[in-house]
Formats: sequence, C-alpha cells, structure tokens
Amino acid sequence: MLRYLFYLLVVKPLVSIVLGINVRHRERLITHGSALIVANHNSHLDALALMSLFPQNAIANVHPVAAADYFLTNRFLKWFALNIIGIIPINRNEAASGRDVLKLVLAALDRNAVLIFFPEGTRGEPENMGRMKNGIASIVAMRPQVPVTPVFFYGLGKSLPKGEIVLAPFFIDAFVGKPLLWGGNKQDFMAKLNAEMSALQEQARQAAARTED
Amino acid sequence: MNWQHFPNSVNIALMTMLGLLALASTVSLALVKLKPQKDYCELRQRVRTWWWIVSVFAVALLFNRTISVWVFGIVSFLAFKEYLSLIPTRRADHRVLLWAYLAIPVQYYWVWQNWYGMFIIFIPVYMLLILPMRMVLIGETQGFLRAIGTLHWGLMITVFSLSHMAYLLVLPEAKNPVGGVAGLLIYLVFLTEINDVSQYIWGKTFGKRKIIPKVSLGKTVAGFIGGVLTTVCLAALVAPSLTPLSLYEAIAAGALIGLAGFIGDVTISALKRDLGVKDSGSILPGHGGILDRLDSLTYTAPLFFHFVYYLHY
Repeated sequence: MLRYLFYLLVVKPLVSIVLGINVRHRERLITHGSALIVANHNSHLDALALMSLFPQNAIANVHPVAAADYFLTNRFLKWFALNIIGIIPINRNEAASGRDVLKLVLAALDRNAVLIFFPEGTRGEPENMGRMKNGIASIVAMRPQVPVTPVFFYGLGKSLPKGEIVLAPFFIDAFVGKPLLWGGNKQDFMAKLNAEMSALQEQARQAAARTED
Repeated sequence: MNWQHFPNSVNIALMTMLGLLALASTVSLALVKLKPQKDYCELRQRVRTWWWIVSVFAVALLFNRTISVWVFGIVSFLAFKEYLSLIPTRRADHRVLLWAYLAIPVQYYWVWQNWYGMFIIFIPVYMLLILPMRMVLIGETQGFLRAIGTLHWGLMITVFSLSHMAYLLVLPEAKNPVGGVAGLLIYLVFLTEINDVSQYIWGKTFGKRKIIPKVSLGKTVAGFIGGVLTTVCLAALVAPSLTPLSLYEAIAAGALIGLAGFIGDVTISALKRDLGVKDSGSILPGHGGILDRLDSLTYTAPLFFHFVYYLHY
C-alpha cells in the first residue's frame, strides 16, 4: 500500500513534472508476466524513472534488482529499499559463487515478476553504456522463456550525477528496444543484447541532433 | 479587483479565440475527409495542441492573480528546463543550475507582489551577479565564460522576458477600463500568435525570396511583410476594445509585435541551428517544444510591455 502510494504520489509526479520524460516505443514494455528489463545506469533516478514508465496497476509486479552491499547497509535504507522502492537484492561480492546469488531473482521470475536490471554493475559515465556483465545471460539461460527488453536513458546523468544529492530538472529521453529471447548460447545472447543497446544509444544520439532540412 | 467579471470586450475576445479554434478543427477535419490520400496527422495534432494551449491560457486568466502567476511560472519553468536540456552544461555547474532554477519562483513572486522595481532588476542585475559568483565558488574555470553566458541568456529569455506576460495582469486595472485586467495580455498573445500564423500563410502563398536563409529556410520577404501588415491591421482594429491605446499607438504596437515576433522566432531558430536540433523539445505534439511555440513571445512580451508601460502607466 505504502509502495503503491509512493509511486503514485512521489515518483510519477517527480518524473513527469520535475523532469519530464519522452518515451519512444513505450508499448514494447512488457508489463505483466515474467520479463527482464535491461537499462544503462547513470544515476539513482534510473530505476525510479523506469518504474514510472509502467502503468500504476502494474507497479506491484515490477522490481528493480539492486546491490545488497549498497542498499542493505543501514536499517532505514534497507526498509526503504525493500518495502517502498521494492528492490530485489543481489549480492555483488558473492557473484562469483553462482546459483545461490540469483535465488531471489529466479524466485521472483517464477512469480511472474518484471525485473529491472542495470548490467553495467555500477553507475557509469553519463549517457554512455559501459560493458554489460554476463550475469544477465546466466539468468536467461536458466529461464529461457523470459524475454529481455533493453531500454536506453538519455539525460539522467545530467539530472542527478553520481555524487550529487539534489536533482536538477532536465527533460529526459527513454528508448525502448525490441524484446530479445535466449538463443541457447551465452556469447551470442550478450552480443545480440549489446548490439540492440548500441542501436538504441545511436538512436538517442540522432534524436538529440536532428538537423533541420 | 474583480477577476471573474471581465468587461464584455474581453469575453468577446475569448469567444473569438474559441471560434477560431473551432474553425481550425473543422477545416482540419474537412481536409482529412476531402483528401484522404494526404497525411494530415501533423495538422490534426497541431490543432489539438492549440486547444490545450488556449485552455491553459484561459485557466491563467479566468481565476485570480495567484493562479495566473502560478501558470506563467510553470510555463517559464518548462521553457527554462527545455533550454537547459538542449544546451551543453558543465558537470561542475550542477549546483549553479539549481540556483538558476530558484530564480523562477522568486521572479514570479515579485510579479505576484506587484513590486515593479524588483521585478525589473532581479534577473538582469542580481542573477547576473550571483550566478557567476556561485560558479567561482565551485572553482571550475575551464569553459567558465561560455557556461555563465549561456546560463544567464537562457534565464533572461525564458524567465525574465516571459514573466512580462504575467506582469501585464497586475498593472492597475483603472488605467485600462475597456480591457480590464486581462485585456492587454490577450491583445499581446493574440496578436503575436496571429502574426506567426499569418507570416507563415503569406509566406506559403506568395513567398519566394528568402529573408534570412542562413538561419531559417522557411522565412520569406513576402511572408514577413504580409504578416506585419496583417498584424498592424488587426492591432488597430482590436485596440479600442482591449487596450487604452489610441489609433496611432495601436498601429505602432502592431508593427512592434510583427517585427519583434519575427526576430524572436528567428533567434530561437538560430539557437536550434547552432545546437543542430530541429525542434526544441517534444512536449507539444505537432509544434515541438515549448520554446518552439513561445519563441516570438520571448521578444514581443517585454517590448510590448514597455511600450504600453511608457505610454500609459
């Protein structure tokens, strides 16, 4: 309930009035049934901006996947991250050890959740997509029926860059790509995902510079 | 003052605007029906957005001063945000941008207070001095001049200039018995928009020679002259029912709005050309960004305001 109100009364007005977001191909977002969304990570606002793209009635089913070692360190932040933002925690330090780390993620997917991933691992350079980690491929390998939709954000790094605590209003652009399916091979899948993400990034560059005539 | 009860002439002006919009809607619908092979999507979108713009403008006028000032403040905020989203900004200036944003509520507070002296110097003097000071405190000198120049110019255009529209609403009502509180603002906005539209139509119909090809390919000599003449005629015609202007003053006001509207339009065009974008944003479907729509008003609002202020207030 608190979470529902938080998104309705805080996040949606913040993203739509203070920032203002322009989405291309919103219809490509899968709102119900298990799915993965993959986005570039420039600021803490990314997750909230992405969440705000979903219809209010789907919010209960959508969860950002976030680092346990960052968000679960103190009691208030932990309560806020788990109950209000609704993150699924993942432990970056144990990432090498395999299956166990993804337990909560896989369980959520089996409950038909839509999960948001930032596979760069940490907030990268503004308006750029760093190299994506392979974790995402491991998940899709285990749940091959789950589609993966890439989303590229442009402008959020300007609004709330790493290290700043007050956000400055800017219009932001979001580009939703076509959902991808697991093809049976890790390298191929990551290559496909990277290519789609670069295509979105290129689209963002072009949209930012549509020369007249 | 009584905001709810406008003089009859203002009611007629508002009705005329609704009538013109209804006409535009009818024509665009008829075009879709008559020439189904052509794509009128953008025209339909444009007209639909005009309904939104006029509705917001009506809300700004119909209630009271507080609501008016809020609406114009939000319009300035959107325009300034659009401007900052377009221009390159320095990472180091994050805090400075917040200070610049803060100037918006403060500027509109002077308007609401009807404190003319502060309204007129706050951004041109105080913000001109405060913003570079804040930048210097951060200490990044690389690109300093460009950063402060672009930031302050944006604030002047989107906040200082546009806030003159709101200030027209707080001028003493007694000086303008025929137009009441809203007469001058309706006159300004109506003529500026008609000037835009008629320069476009004259240009499309008779235009050949480009007037300023380096900045805008769409602007022609015929469009400019036809537009200004149309605006002058309408200005003289409407002035007695909305403003305290005499006939000669109204002709001068019409010429001023026609000329300044053109310059405002091409100034924003030059900005977009420099940045390599076609539209300043996408908040108004069919029109582009909010600056694409307000471009002419950034020039006509302060110039018309001071013209009237000097003559009658």
